[in-house]
Amino acid sequence: MAPLAAVMVSPSQTPSQTQQPAPGTPPAASPPATSPQGGVAGPVGSPFGAQAQQAGLNIVVLDPAHGGTDPGARGTGGIRESEIVLDFVVQVRRALELQGFQVVQTRQGNENPSFDDRSATANAQRGAVFVTMHISSTGLPGTARVYVNSDLPPVADSNGLIPWDRAQAPFLGLSRTFGDLVQGYLTQRFKGSPDTAQTASVRQLRTTAAPAIAVEISSVTVEDRADLDRMAPGVADAIARGAAAFKPSYVVPNTRGALP
Amino acid sequence: MTPRWKFWLIGGLVIAVLAAAIYFPILRRRVKRAAKLQQQSEEQARRELTQPIVINPGDPRVKTKLFWASDTIESTLVPVTVELPLSNEPVLRSKQVLNTLLAGPVDAELRTLPPDALLLAFYLLPDGTAIADFSEALATSIPSGIVSEQLAVNSITRTLEANVPQVQRLKILIHGQEVETLAGHLDLAETFVVNTKPAQLAVKPAPAQSSTDKPPTPASDKPPAPAPAPLTADKPPGKLAQPERKP
Repeated sequence: MAPLAAVMVSPSQTPSQTQQPAPGTPPAASPPATSPQGGVAGPVGSPFGAQAQQAGLNIVVLDPAHGGTDPGARGTGGIRESEIVLDFVVQVRRALELQGFQVVQTRQGNENPSFDDRSATANAQRGAVFVTMHISSTGLPGTARVYVNSDLPPVADSNGLIPWDRAQAPFLGLSRTFGDLVQGYLTQRFKGSPDTAQTASVRQLRTTAAPAIAVEISSVTVEDRADLDRMAPGVADAIARGAAAFKPSYVVPNTRGALP
Repeated sequence: MTPRWKFWLIGGLVIAVLAAAIYFPILRRRVKRAAKLQQQSEEQARRELTQPIVINPGDPRVKTKLFWASDTIESTLVPVTVELPLSNEPVLRSKQVLNTLLAGPVDAELRTLPPDALLLAFYLLPDGTAIADFSEALATSIPSGIVSEQLAVNSITRTLEANVPQVQRLKILIHGQEVETLAGHLDLAETFVVNTKPAQLAVKPAPAQSSTDKPPTPASDKPPAPAPAPLTADKPPGKLAQPERKP
């Protein structure tokens, strides 16, 4: 675990060169305390600073997994996970913007930010949720699963900071609520998918100080890429509806030190 | 040249040709064998060198639960019970069950771990934290994805849970190193909960290890398996989620 005595990085630090708000929307809220690997994520329960902001879910951070030299899962027909998730994210973004959300992406093209860079992009937002998109190389084709991070030891530190390595800990309950909502909409669309969100130790989620889920679509083993492409609108709609349904239950505290 | 010299020269040549004809197939077999050996991967060669048969037929045969993939419910594990001669010594016992798990089920489709993956070393600390060091093939040959990576780790933790009560937590290393993820998704920085109940038997100190069995020095200065704070017992990270219900 990162030492809690690590120096807090200035809120003005830009977490990732790939972070871009949706076109035509105001810039994202001022970044909270963020840190590279080994730092701290921010005050416990209030990683968003105390600026006067609208207290509620406004931003969805979309993370197309892999990229660059890491293609992710590869199918026999030359299907690459890193390319497909980017295409999925375009449609998810559109659906979310129709619901009135600002959208921030962790990568726009074929780059491969580190896990911490991607988390830093999310941790820099105020009132955000995080969705990382994956395509599996196994599983029943045509199904979709939502994952929330496994239980983490509770954060109980008197200095009011969340250790970077445990940034997800205070948000696990909210992540579960968000994940179950998205999974419910996915299951309506894609029969054979689980009824509720699953639990797994997903590396990307652990350092994210926001309600965070991983969505994994099965799978790159389909013979024709069109089979996956046909799933994209349904996945996009499910995530957008899930985020909209989750919005009322996520109130971002305005005071430092308050639990989410 | 006299006829006598011609006779001896031709005779010598005939003998040389015959000797070559006899030796050539032998030489060809040797070349083929050498080429075949070269084709063996580094992992395969290491398997031959580092994986002694740890099963001792003299040990009592006990019912052993091994967790492989279910052939009826997608992405879930099922226990398969086999009788194996298992040691009572927890480190040796863990090696025996993990090597059997790695060897795989009869139906290769139900494998959870890559066929070329190896258990390079296994250690058990007095606090019940186990360290399993696998070859690189575990990370490089496994199908990428949250489902498949979680299934692989769960098959390891659940097999240990069912057969080695002394193992409380598990830290997985790849080729002696701490790694961030198994194959891009599953978090290997943490230890996985194996047994939430205290072991009935005290952990015996591991017997004198060979020089190759010394705990590897992790990449960082941190101890390889720090004892984690207790995790919630009802949903340990090393466990499978409930089997999904299908319509």
